[in-house]
Amino acid sequence: MSVTGTRLQPTIFELGRPGRGGGKIPHPPKDALDRIPAASRRTTPPALPEMNEPDVVRHYVNLSQLNYAVDTGFYPLGSCTMKFNPKLNEWAARLPGFANLHPLAPDAAAQGTLQMLFELERALAEISGMRAVSLQPAAGAQGELTGILMIRAYHRARGDAARDQVLVPDSSHGTNPATASMAGYTTVTIPSAEDGGVDLDAFRAALGPRTAAVMITNPSTLGLFESRIGELLDAVHAAGALAYMDGANLNAILGRFKPGEAGFDVMHFNVHKTFSTPHGGGGPGAGPVGVGDTLLPYLPEPRVLREPDGTFRLERIGERSTSIGRMRSFAGNTGVLVRAYAYICAHGASGLREVSDDAVLAANYLMSRVAEAYDIPHERACKHEFVASASTIKHRTGVRTLDIAKRLIDYGFHPPTIYFPLIVEEAMLIEPTETESVETLDAFADALIAIAQEAEATPELVTGAPHTAPVRRLDEATAARHPNLRWKAAPAAMMPCPG
Amino acid sequence: MHYGPHTAADRARMLGALGLSSIDQLFDDIPAALRASKLDLPDPEPELELAARLSALAARNRTDLASFLGAGVYRHWSPPAVDQILLRGEWYTAYTPYQPEISQGTLQSIYEYESLLAELVDLDVVSASHYDGAAATAEAALMTCRQTHRDRVLVSRAVHPHYRETLRTYFSGGLQLEEIPLVAGGDAAGTTDLDALERMLAEPDRPVAGVIAAQPDFLGLLEPMPAIGELAHAAGALFVAVVEPIGLSVLAPPGAYGADIAAGEGQPLGIAPQYGGPYLGILATTDALVRQIPGRLVGMTTDLDGQRAFVMTMRAREQDIRRDKAASNICTNQALLALAASVYLTTVGPHGLRDVAALGAARASELEAALAAVGAPRIHPGPYLNEFAIRVPNARLIHRRLLDRGILAGLVLADAEPGDTSLADGLLVCTTEVTTRDEIDLFAEALAEILGGRPAGVEAGAGSGGSALAGSAR
Repeated sequence: MSVTGTRLQPTIFELGRPGRGGGKIPHPPKDALDRIPAASRRTTPPALPEMNEPDVVRHYVNLSQLNYAVDTGFYPLGSCTMKFNPKLNEWAARLPGFANLHPLAPDAAAQGTLQMLFELERALAEISGMRAVSLQPAAGAQGELTGILMIRAYHRARGDAARDQVLVPDSSHGTNPATASMAGYTTVTIPSAEDGGVDLDAFRAALGPRTAAVMITNPSTLGLFESRIGELLDAVHAAGALAYMDGANLNAILGRFKPGEAGFDVMHFNVHKTFSTPHGGGGPGAGPVGVGDTLLPYLPEPRVLREPDGTFRLERIGERSTSIGRMRSFAGNTGVLVRAYAYICAHGASGLREVSDDAVLAANYLMSRVAEAYDIPHERACKHEFVASASTIKHRTGVRTLDIAKRLIDYGFHPPTIYFPLIVEEAMLIEPTETESVETLDAFADALIAIAQEAEATPELVTGAPHTAPVRRLDEATAARHPNLRWKAAPAAMMPCPG
Repeated sequence: MHYGPHTAADRARMLGALGLSSIDQLFDDIPAALRASKLDLPDPEPELELAARLSALAARNRTDLASFLGAGVYRHWSPPAVDQILLRGEWYTAYTPYQPEISQGTLQSIYEYESLLAELVDLDVVSASHYDGAAATAEAALMTCRQTHRDRVLVSRAVHPHYRETLRTYFSGGLQLEEIPLVAGGDAAGTTDLDALERMLAEPDRPVAGVIAAQPDFLGLLEPMPAIGELAHAAGALFVAVVEPIGLSVLAPPGAYGADIAAGEGQPLGIAPQYGGPYLGILATTDALVRQIPGRLVGMTTDLDGQRAFVMTMRAREQDIRRDKAASNICTNQALLALAASVYLTTVGPHGLRDVAALGAARASELEAALAAVGAPRIHPGPYLNEFAIRVPNARLIHRRLLDRGILAGLVLADAEPGDTSLADGLLVCTTEVTTRDEIDLFAEALAEILGGRPAGVEAGAGSGGSALAGSAR
């Protein structure tokens, strides 16, 4: 178990007591709000809990200990790149000059941050082989939407209104088809080839005058490099469509493959994967997009510009009329981007290449060990992650991938991503990352092998897992059927404001 | 490599187990013609040197100014407890709680966030956070289209310009967005024009899905939210209220005036400005619209032993299940920032939150009086909470002069709203509980000096810059 706490906690609402807390904020003059018209005022105060600081801190520390995290143990969640989050980066993002800078501060007051953003754009362009990068998108999914909206703008500018389809392989992340729908496109799903790669013939058959874009993840969600990518890109461009690369798996190919050089027109980066920014329990991330020459005019605004005198500034509203516009407020998730910048600088060219080398070596080593007890659907060198399957185990014993995942918790590991990609039965997508030692990889492989043996000998031990976690398996059906999505507090009984 | 564990012996052992002699062999599947050119980046930077360079970069930013800049992002006192909780690795190095048995911390914290925000906005359902106020507003607008099966949304021109631009981008796929003009003069100047809204809602064969207005609006003014909501509902449209969470402790919440959806920027709840993010998009709605809300939702349930526990729920709306039929492509949320908001709200508490809002308003009254006394009156007469627009001749140049004196005199409205001539000489200024009386005095005195102490005395008092001011005045 790498969850240190075992005691479930009351909610913050149950802990509050009228009259507790205070001392944080000076009291305002009694008449401070008299100029606010009665019709605009709140009549019933929000029923927020009243707490003293020690109880708040203890509550959230105790809650934190119910979490598994990279800082507590091995987290081989495929497709998510749960690598170590360097502590220097947390320190850097909190430097007052970075943290306290208002996003509408005049350019003259923001030169340090603007320089950092400018240099980060250049570094990401170099890593991806793209011409330019926008740091504005707030997450990978928003980067995808940015990319597809740029593709739409490109076709529109050429008067090519007939293109209403986006092609995605059936192994793609769910965000790809969801993004296409959000941008007003119809998704066409293309089955994968026998070997797990793109089915070139199927793509060629689907490509045509209605194709706006193809969205490809490379390496694929099976952890395999798409060796036919050159032919696919040629076919896409011959059909007048553009190629989007989902950069979720960039951690495998740093210094080895530059999507822009290979012919992709646009891609997004998940800085919380490749460049170590923390996952935060589900966010925040940042999803910069890189583009080649074709889509350069359409980048979202504002871009970061360097003036001839060496100073930096943000693009002004309307300065570049071809831009698709803004994806969100302000420049971007700058606090996240500082961390990515620090990570890239710490590694440099040689270190980034070593990141991918070690990530790929670790994944292949772990795959070779796991192959002792599990099906490996695609037996060739993987990249930074691989798919194993419990299909044979399930047919022999009835024990499913879900059970194995839950049993891994008892062994002290976070389970891998399960039942994704959708095209492999009983899939486990395992991504060790480059920051895990060979001892950890061995211990994880040993656990998976031991669980496979338990599935034969004592299957109820596996199907009843986890046994040591703070809670057992949850009733998800009732949660969905009778949703309880907020604490229903008793009617507010607040004490009068002290002092 | 900086953070990797592998020794040469470790790598040799792993390669040996694979029967390989070189890591390069693992990349043989990349066709030779597609292999990357040399990575042209600097050498690795040792931590000591990198830390010094990052410190120097941060120090080039000017964050020592007496700041009156708000415009959607606000300086507030965040108790140190907030950031110290956020720095626990159990929070920030975990991911989306796909395995609820070992994620009860994150799950319960999100449930608590949903509950705390539901109290603030007085609505039933709060999504476990979006990217920021602009993206949350865009998602709210898309919700109104899905629910009503209509494709036309009206947004008040007094909604933050970045939000309106983001809406335009999100709607470029084929939905229609139109801006409701503002009242030009009189007591309601600068707020949403109700007569114009009524006409737009009544256009034949052009049904409206949603109406969006902000409280307070971008110019700091208080909008007639109940009236806007009534007009929207009478036309069969949904009403989206864009809110500021601190103000909700003293202003009527969206639930009280019948809003169907609340969206807004959660940054004021303990989150540093950090030049644009990460922030916290607030998105809340009523039970009637729960199937339309995008993003993660966490609900309370029980485990096999009947213990109370929390889990992600109603997942059939989400992209990893529904793919192209999902309510949105949103995948991550802003869980860590939602946690910041929860810790902030519980350490400051309900009384503290009201004090934050009221003290900001009190300082704003002082600022209004001080600026008016030196010839920079408000542009609009209507009520405001803690932010308002002032008129000064040649606002952009005066803003720059004040910056030279260490004062960040709010936002130059001509930069933010270049199309609105009524704001051409405007500065948008705000105060919060961290604004001091000394800062207000400094601002007023410096402005008085620059303006020459008289409202019309620009040329006389501005020294060598006087002619420039006069020359470019409108």
